[in-house]
Amino acid sequence: MNGLVDIATMVLVSMGAVLFLAGALGLLRFPDTLSRLHAVSKADNLGLGLIVMGLLPQAESVSGGLKLICVWLLAQISAATASQLLARKIHRDEGRS
Amino acid sequence: MMVLLDLALAAWLLALALHVVMERNERSAIIAFLALGLLLGLVWVRLAAPDVALTEIAIGGGGTGILLLRAEAALRGRGKHEEGATRGGKLAVAAGCAVISAGLGFAVLALASPAPTLAPAASDAIAATGLGNPVTAVLLAYRALDTLLEKVVVLLALVGIWSLAPDGIWGGAPEVAPAAVPGPLAWLARILPPFGVVIGVYMFWVGADAPGGTFQAGTVLAAMWLLVIMAGLLPPPDAASPALRLVLVGGPALFLAIAFLGFIVADGFLAYPEGFAKPLIVAIEAALTLSVAAALAMLVAGPARKAPAR
Repeated sequence: MNGLVDIATMVLVSMGAVLFLAGALGLLRFPDTLSRLHAVSKADNLGLGLIVMGLLPQAESVSGGLKLICVWLLAQISAATASQLLARKIHRDEGRS
Repeated sequence: MMVLLDLALAAWLLALALHVVMERNERSAIIAFLALGLLLGLVWVRLAAPDVALTEIAIGGGGTGILLLRAEAALRGRGKHEEGATRGGKLAVAAGCAVISAGLGFAVLALASPAPTLAPAASDAIAATGLGNPVTAVLLAYRALDTLLEKVVVLLALVGIWSLAPDGIWGGAPEVAPAAVPGPLAWLARILPPFGVVIGVYMFWVGADAPGGTFQAGTVLAAMWLLVIMAGLLPPPDAASPALRLVLVGGPALFLAIAFLGFIVADGFLAYPEGFAKPLIVAIEAALTLSVAAALAMLVAGPARKAPAR
């Protein structure tokens, strides 16, 4: 049973890491700021979500698990807001030129 | 495996530090400096020093980073920058830094092994303080004088920034909110502070027994206050406002008062009476957390831009 849980953790965390890698690649390779923003926010939200999900079974206590989920939620909220603010600024700058 | 991670971290840190120094665009350099703070935090975690890691990320990365960014934004568009140092000057600075680095490296390598340490003595005496976190015991009991001076320095820095205001609007409020607050920012300023205040208070409270403490908690609280001010939900306070000044001075003043009380009820300056160490330390930390939060927020907000309301 324990082995199965460990395998699930490894699979989920690895998937999260791959998503982060993909996000970083997108950040480096995509041509314009909006698509780069898109790549990074995907990696942030989904990648971190997968890592948190993978770590949840390893949490020592319920409150520890809740803290992990809170970390993910807070990262989501701040990443979403930052992306919106950046995209808004880009949109406005492009409209002006 | 862990050695590999440590080596990668060290190489990354060096490369990023070099990038911060070499980067010609100020804003890019500051953003790289922010990343450097985060990375340095990770390194401190690897060195099993979570207290230092938290402070580094909060103050070294976040706090200093946003101060530098705001300074850069204020300077941008003010015409030509002054010409930087000459080639000879740069070489002199580089040589000085290299000598200091080499000296530090030599000092670390020349340390006796095992290194001389006061850790056993510190952990033996911790019971007398009633604390569980040895870092807090060092900061507020064994080396309390350093901590007191540290907080006073933050206030002095704030006085320095406030002094940049023109005479006519001395004591007025800074301007932080943009003319038109973007919707997402206002939304974040409503959603995040309840979480942030809980996290800040938790970091202060848990600091007695686990990693956390006044500077970390103060930074989180300052960030929440700034967020609310930046979104225009609350006006920034006048620098002359008595409430603001009371909060700013409260922490160090309480610290000093308890320190002098030590002459009467304990062994001397900054000594705590036996059995009362922990409640006194927690009281000092509470007041200091609020002072640090207010001071950091006002540092970022900058000098006054509007005349004070009378």
